[in-house]
Amino acid sequence: MLAEAAPRAGPAGPLVPTPYVVVERREEAADVVTLSIEPAEGSAPTFRHGQFNMVTSFGRGEVAVSMSSAPGAPGPVEHSIRRVGAVTAALCAAPVGSFVGIRGPFGSSWGVDDVEDGVDVVVMAGGIGLAPLRGAVRDLVVRQQSGRGRAFVLAGARSPDQILFDEDLRAWERAGVHVGISVDVGAPGWTGVVGVVTALLPGAPFEASGALALLCGPEIMMRFGGRALVDRGVDARRVRVSLERNMQCGIGLCGHCQLGPLLVCRDGPVVRYGGLADELFMERNR
Amino acid sequence: MNEAARSLLSGHAFLAGFPPEAVELVAEGAQVVTFRPGVLLFREGSPADIAYLVTGGKVAIEVHAPNRGPIVVETMGAGDVVGLSWAAPPFRYQFDARAVDEVEAVAVGTAPLRLALAENPILGFLFLDRLAAVILGRLQATRIRLLDVYGTSDAG
Amino acid sequence: MRAGDDAVIDVGGLDRLIVLLGERGYRAIGPVARDGAIVHGEVSGADDLPAGWHDVQAPGRYRLEQAGDAELFGWAVGPASWKSEFFKPTETLWRATVSDAAVSIRLPPPPERPLAIVGARPCELAALDVLDRVLAGGEVPDDRYTARRAGSLVVAVECGKPSSTCFCTSMGTGPDAGPGYDLALTELLTGTHRFYVQVGSEAGADLLDGIGWTPATEEDRGARREVVDGARAGMGRSLQTDGLAALLARNLEHPRWDEVAERCLSCGNCTLVCPTCFCADVKDVSEVDGTIERRRSWASCFDVDHSYLHGGSIRPTTSSRYRQWLTHKLSTWWDQFDTSGCVGCGRCIAWCPVGIDITEEAAAIRASDGAVGDVGTP
Repeated sequence: MLAEAAPRAGPAGPLVPTPYVVVERREEAADVVTLSIEPAEGSAPTFRHGQFNMVTSFGRGEVAVSMSSAPGAPGPVEHSIRRVGAVTAALCAAPVGSFVGIRGPFGSSWGVDDVEDGVDVVVMAGGIGLAPLRGAVRDLVVRQQSGRGRAFVLAGARSPDQILFDEDLRAWERAGVHVGISVDVGAPGWTGVVGVVTALLPGAPFEASGALALLCGPEIMMRFGGRALVDRGVDARRVRVSLERNMQCGIGLCGHCQLGPLLVCRDGPVVRYGGLADELFMERNR
Repeated sequence: MNEAARSLLSGHAFLAGFPPEAVELVAEGAQVVTFRPGVLLFREGSPADIAYLVTGGKVAIEVHAPNRGPIVVETMGAGDVVGLSWAAPPFRYQFDARAVDEVEAVAVGTAPLRLALAENPILGFLFLDRLAAVILGRLQATRIRLLDVYGTSDAG
Repeated sequence: MRAGDDAVIDVGGLDRLIVLLGERGYRAIGPVARDGAIVHGEVSGADDLPAGWHDVQAPGRYRLEQAGDAELFGWAVGPASWKSEFFKPTETLWRATVSDAAVSIRLPPPPERPLAIVGARPCELAALDVLDRVLAGGEVPDDRYTARRAGSLVVAVECGKPSSTCFCTSMGTGPDAGPGYDLALTELLTGTHRFYVQVGSEAGADLLDGIGWTPATEEDRGARREVVDGARAGMGRSLQTDGLAALLARNLEHPRWDEVAERCLSCGNCTLVCPTCFCADVKDVSEVDGTIERRRSWASCFDVDHSYLHGGSIRPTTSSRYRQWLTHKLSTWWDQFDTSGCVGCGRCIAWCPVGIDITEEAAAIRASDGAVGDVGTP
């Protein structure tokens, strides 16, 4: 289910980054930049949806960033990075042709590779949370187009100018996938839904029984979203969330990302909601 | 019947203008409680089995964010009802409630209250009518707060 | 000589053993008395060992006293643990220079001479086993740790004089030496001053053959049993481990966490002296000449920034951080590594400036299992 790919180590071991080159950069909404990167030598290892790399900005530091491109898609690997500190600011400013360091892929995956035919897959994303789900949604669109099951994408943003990947959202909708977008606060010209992202659920006609739900976003959003999905009838154990904690080594050795019994880099970031994340979410300051 | 509870309830804004039987119905099984500053009245996710009619002090309704700690979304005081999630399924508190200072309140068991109101539709209507007014008021206020009218953006 | 055999050597034999280690290219580290404590230092012979020194330990208290006798291992454990030899307090992971054209990454040289440890206590053998699981047993092992461990040799010494802070018997880690030694010695003071030796490996057998030994008699074995039994009987305190992991997991809201937080300074001493704590910071440092260095150094979960996530720390209160340390050590360590994180060495008790006792805290929670603080009930 939550299949884990064996962590990839560069030739010098898993603690040493492999140099990659920035081949393209795109400014997205909401302080987010998408970097397309390729290894300076050789080819990039394969990864699974939801996994992350430890991305080094040489001289500044390293952060965990999920891949936002689909595994197996042709072309460079994409990382969508939000500017929240010194390292991410440096990465967001990285020019085409500059180097970054990559260690990975690490962590557990969304498990969309082996979702059964016929089940509806609901994706609920808040803010930057759409980035780790983007690759999975691209493959879910293909899945729906080949008749193997429907996909429903529910994306929440703070305001219309903070909606991420709006071109992708429109493309997915054109491809026949149900796409719902909501903003917390409207703005002049916005005729879409204004409300919390869970308010999009009643308008999404998915079959709750047997459905698989994938959530990514601020923890509060995943907390309320998980509950709302279960209230709708989705089996709590078929709801998956992506956890975030301070990550420094990415391979379960430094202890920073602990959350109760989990080492998030190794046992997550994607974990089951029912019977695991739902309880962890309720523990304060854990 | 707890006389102290009944006495406090008869002066509480939530029951203002209600017939005496309504106050008796709520006071049945109710208890006067106090909370020290900083103590949680209830926790998000737990069963909404008690409604607190606050008679003194301030209560903060909070959401806990993992790396920002508790964020206060609203504060309640004397005359308010803290804990409304007993009014509709799934009957679980959706937020934390924390005593900001010394809080005095009348604690009412919500399951027996719902049963009693179901058996007495006239009082039940009065009750839910008052509850609707309270909820509407908070909703309208929340929408206005979302506008961020004090902010420097053009949104307001 | 083979693994499983036993023998006897005298103090001269121990001296020859340490000399032989040096001759065979090992860096021999053993216990030395320095700065008022038993710490680890390079040893070149039995004269370097802390003869006549005895420790007196209590919560928040450690004193070393010189009794003028010939006993070499008449103390329990000092603040230093063998963790620092294999999992270095500070370590360079790589260095890099970056130009417009290329990134050049250089690895630090492999560890120098292999390590020989002289005087590892049974609890420390258990601690090394725990660290092996954490740092070497996962899908992605720490290759510098494994390289140091692979080349090393361990001469253990069983305890005759546990301190009041010891509780290895509760954790099943002593006072008998468990697996993990090449040679295990027990100091015998009745009759002639000698050491009962247990051979744990081929390397140990080879070493023993290199210095010469005399066969162990039933009297020797009996004397050794008395020492170990005496240590078991004189154990300083105990920790009830039945269902302990589950007990702590269901008491995350126990008022004891707030209570201990009123005493805890969040100084992290306990994590520094603990032989199994493994948290580390990984930071990039730029040199003046443009070289970039990635350094890993010991970190502590008591540091408020340890759990920092953009915006703030997940564990901003001392209460939540103490709870993290204790529940990890005694509970979630099982979930993560299928073993307890605690080996009962008692260092955290002695070296806590305010004398917080892990056994007392666990017992207090057990005594009021289910108590909940801070949520109002009428």
